[in-house]
Amino acid sequence: MTLSILLVVSAALFCIGLLAALSRRHAIFILIGIEMMLAAANLNFIAFWRFAPQPAQPTGMMVAIFAIAIAAAEAAVGLAMVIAVYRHFRTTNVDRLDRLKG
Amino acid sequence: MSSIAFVAITILTLAAALAAATLQKLMHAALSFAVMFVGISAFFFLLGAEFVGLVQIFVYIGAVAVLIVFTILLTRDDVGKVQSFNWSGVIVAIAVFAGLVWAIANTKSLPLTPPLIEPVRVQRIGELLMTNYVWPLQCVGVLLTAALIGALILVMEEKT
Repeated sequence: MTLSILLVVSAALFCIGLLAALSRRHAIFILIGIEMMLAAANLNFIAFWRFAPQPAQPTGMMVAIFAIAIAAAEAAVGLAMVIAVYRHFRTTNVDRLDRLKG
Repeated sequence: MSSIAFVAITILTLAAALAAATLQKLMHAALSFAVMFVGISAFFFLLGAEFVGLVQIFVYIGAVAVLIVFTILLTRDDVGKVQSFNWSGVIVAIAVFAGLVWAIANTKSLPLTPPLIEPVRVQRIGELLMTNYVWPLQCVGVLLTAALIGALILVMEEKT
C-alpha cells in the first residue's frame, strides 16, 4: 500500500464518477456520479494526511469531515430538485428538460 | 495482512462503483452506490481515520443512500425504459484517467511507506472543531440549515 497506488485508486473512482455524470441521462445517476467524485477527493485527503511526515495536524481528516457535510447538503438539494423537476415535466431524463420557461 | 485487505477493498470499491455507474436499473445502481461507500469507509479504517469512516457510513449509507432510494421511488414512471447511454463520456473519462495516472507516475517525491502514527482520538477532533475550525463549523451549520429549508421549499406542493 503506497501513496501512488492509493492515488491511482482514487483517480479511478473519480473517473468512474465522471463517466456516470457524463454518460447517463438520468438525473439521479448524475447525482450519484457527483457523489462518487466527492468521495474520491475525500480519499485523497485522507491518503495524503496518512502519508504526511509525522507528527502532523489532522487537517486532512477535518477537511474530509467538512466535505462529507457539504456533500450531504448538496445531495439533499439535488434530490429535491429532481423531485420538483419530475413533478413539473413528468420525466427525469435531462435531455428532455430543454425549456427554461416550463 | 494489510496488503491483502487493501487489494480486496480496492476490488470491492471499484467493482461497486462501476456497477453504480453502468447498471440499467436505478435501484440496483443505488444499492451498488451504498456498497461503494462501505468500501470507501473501509479504506478510511485501513488508513487510520476511523472517525471519518464512521461519519461516512452514517451520512452516506444512513442518509444519502436512503434519500436516493426515496427519490427513485417517488419518480418512477420511466423505470422500465432502457436508459440511453452517451459513449462520448467513456472517452472523456478514460482520457482524464490517463492524464491523472501520467501525473501520478511522473511525480518523484511520493512517499512509499506510511509513517507510524499514533491514532487520532475523537477528543482531539472535537477540540480542533471547537478551536481552530470553529468558523468553518458554524458556516457548515448555517449551510446545512439553509440547504434543508431550500430542499423543503423546492418540494413543497404548489398552491393552485
